[in-house]
Amino acid sequence: MERISIDPITRLEGHGKIEIFLNDEGNVDNAYLQIPELRGFEQFSIGRPAEEMPRITNRICGVCPEAHHMAATKALDDLFNVEPSSAVKKLRELFYSAFYVTDHTVHFYALGAPDFVLGPESDPAKRNILGVIHKVGVEIGKQVIECRKRNHEIIQMLGGRGIHPVAGLPGGWSKAMTSEERDQIEEWSRQNVEFGLFSLELFDDVVLGNQEYLDLILSDAFTHETYYMGTVNEDNQANFYDGDIRVVGPDGEELVKYPPSEYPAHVAERVEPWSYLKFPYLKDVGWNGFADGKDSGVYCCTPLSRLNASDGLATPKAQEHFERFYETLGSEKINGRYQPVHHRLATHWARLIELLYSAERMVELVQDPEITSQDVRTVVTNTPDEGVGSVEAPRGTLTHHYKTDGNGILTDVNLIVGTTNNNAPIAMSIKKAAQGLIKNGEVSEGLLNMVEMAFRNYDPCMSCATHSLPGKMPLEVKIYDADGEELETHQQYVD
Amino acid sequence: MKKDGKLYFEIDGKPCYAEEGQSIIDAATENGVFIPSLCHMEGVKPAGSCRICNVKVDGRNMTACTTPVEDGMIVENDIPELTELRKAIVETLFVSGNHHCPTCEKSGNCELQALAYRFQMLVPRFPYKFPEKGVNPRSDQIYHDRNRCILCKRCIRTVTKDGKHVFAYHGRGGEDLHVAIDEELASRLTDEEALEAMENCPVGAILKKERGFEVPIGERKYDHQPIGSEIEN
Ligand code: SF4
Ligand code: FES
Repeated sequence: MERISIDPITRLEGHGKIEIFLNDEGNVDNAYLQIPELRGFEQFSIGRPAEEMPRITNRICGVCPEAHHMAATKALDDLFNVEPSSAVKKLRELFYSAFYVTDHTVHFYALGAPDFVLGPESDPAKRNILGVIHKVGVEIGKQVIECRKRNHEIIQMLGGRGIHPVAGLPGGWSKAMTSEERDQIEEWSRQNVEFGLFSLELFDDVVLGNQEYLDLILSDAFTHETYYMGTVNEDNQANFYDGDIRVVGPDGEELVKYPPSEYPAHVAERVEPWSYLKFPYLKDVGWNGFADGKDSGVYCCTPLSRLNASDGLATPKAQEHFERFYETLGSEKINGRYQPVHHRLATHWARLIELLYSAERMVELVQDPEITSQDVRTVVTNTPDEGVGSVEAPRGTLTHHYKTDGNGILTDVNLIVGTTNNNAPIAMSIKKAAQGLIKNGEVSEGLLNMVEMAFRNYDPCMSCATHSLPGKMPLEVKIYDADGEELETHQQYVD
Repeated sequence: MKKDGKLYFEIDGKPCYAEEGQSIIDAATENGVFIPSLCHMEGVKPAGSCRICNVKVDGRNMTACTTPVEDGMIVENDIPELTELRKAIVETLFVSGNHHCPTCEKSGNCELQALAYRFQMLVPRFPYKFPEKGVNPRSDQIYHDRNRCILCKRCIRTVTKDGKHVFAYHGRGGEDLHVAIDEELASRLTDEEALEAMENCPVGAILKKERGFEVPIGERKYDHQPIGSEIEN
């Protein structure tokens, strides 16, 4: 076997670069998000005992380690053929919901909000979380920080570590909850609900109350009609921890619903020479290029997609906001379910509704009498073979698929991460936004930022997305002048 | 110098007493002085292989696990020169294996990791070797991860209750020197014996199957107190 060394220090962050190509008239011909990065977890975990995967893969990312940890843990349940006790499932979901609250908080306040609260045309130096705090008030900034803090404490309490959790075991969880912890988490969960409601109010005031922003959300430049994917429970309500994968079409009709282990029958991956990213598409529809519509297998997997793919949310306040979301954005109800919303910038709103749902779900779970059960471990005795685990990562459906020999040593690992699902729609959104917003060579900073906004709503995480390690990374850098003349080409390993 | 039939000696100026024939390290422990060690196990024949326990005896470097106390001995232990030497040894152990603490079940209970913390090792000064050593999972009771083995021989020097050797050296003298398991014997270990083998190993090279994370992270031996603090007074 070829020896592969990875320097863990230099590969920690995601890098993406947008390239925009103009034509003679100075209008956009093409725009891409380029990902010049590689991580290689799929390769270097081969040969390790499968039980290590929840702790190996949570290092893929410092933003959503909980998602990898959970997908890996669930893949081990399947691999070792053990059904976790219902107490374990609840504990895991509680942990996972705390993660959702904090992760969505970061995205909205630190990454998404600067565009809206300060405006896309504002001074780039101020368009950041500090600028947001300056505008909305220090008190709100404090709330954001407190929300992050208490949920990370919950993650630490339940998961063993504040950032990279360690508690996931095949068929179990390494730590039961004490009743003191329960009481504390209940108090914090209620604060999360308040925070979720407050954030939606803020969105109302700042974004929906501003016609300019509303127009931007509804504008064609930020609209794509694709398929939508999300995990649902038996009532077709969105669930982030467990369920079947449901895909609905641009017209809102269900295309398929399948258990996560059947993903290879429904999702295929396409490789493009200009990116390390793989582009998954729906096998049931087929690849028809980077295109909108029912005939294109491009699908999307974001907070917006999860709402679109579900019939509703299982908690009362979140459900109210779910309905309001569709009503406000002009969606009609057909056969009892709302038609999908295709406006990509509405993803920010959907994210806040998910935040509220997760917070309400925490209150439900923490009040469940079983939540402090000490029955959290299962001794695994089955011979492992193959396992698939899937959760909704904040950035989309995350699937871990492992194969092992009879001793539980990994022989094959496939990770389909949330961001990867959205590769094709991200590329499409960038191109469309660029086309709509750059005309006749007029390029202002505010406009460029709107192009960035087109991908930011997907909350892409590049460090997760590029971990295939064939040893030869196809890379092509082309530079065009305004006449479309190729000035320079740098290539490696391009067929 | 003797007192009540015990040998008198000093460690860093502290008056200490030892039985005749007792090693410096065991005597130090009894006198509340921590001398860092890895290959040493009380009650098991010393190997003197890791050299972490290096002390200065009358100005000369000696391994505390193999050197018996002599009456009137002057021992230096907690001095910058030795701490630096010990830290360097810990660093060589880190670079010559694959010690990825974040994914290791032994994290928090690992003596190598705990020593690295105690010596405030941030990053090894030597280049990583990233050797390709492999895992032996072929026994029902334990995993043996050679990537983490520091060749301390603690497993080799201990035996099961009925006197059987489960672990032995292979490839002696060559590059490929490694600990091999008697897989059949290892499969027949009782749960207690397998757990004991796991505990005897100072690192995460021997792991009991099906028992991962019995003690959650955060509640482990060295999670809150540095190694040695249980001895020091
Ligand atoms: S397996 Fe553990 S106890 Fe045995 S030699 Fe290696 S490190 Fe020492
Ligand atoms: S403990 Fe003395 S040489 Fe290892």
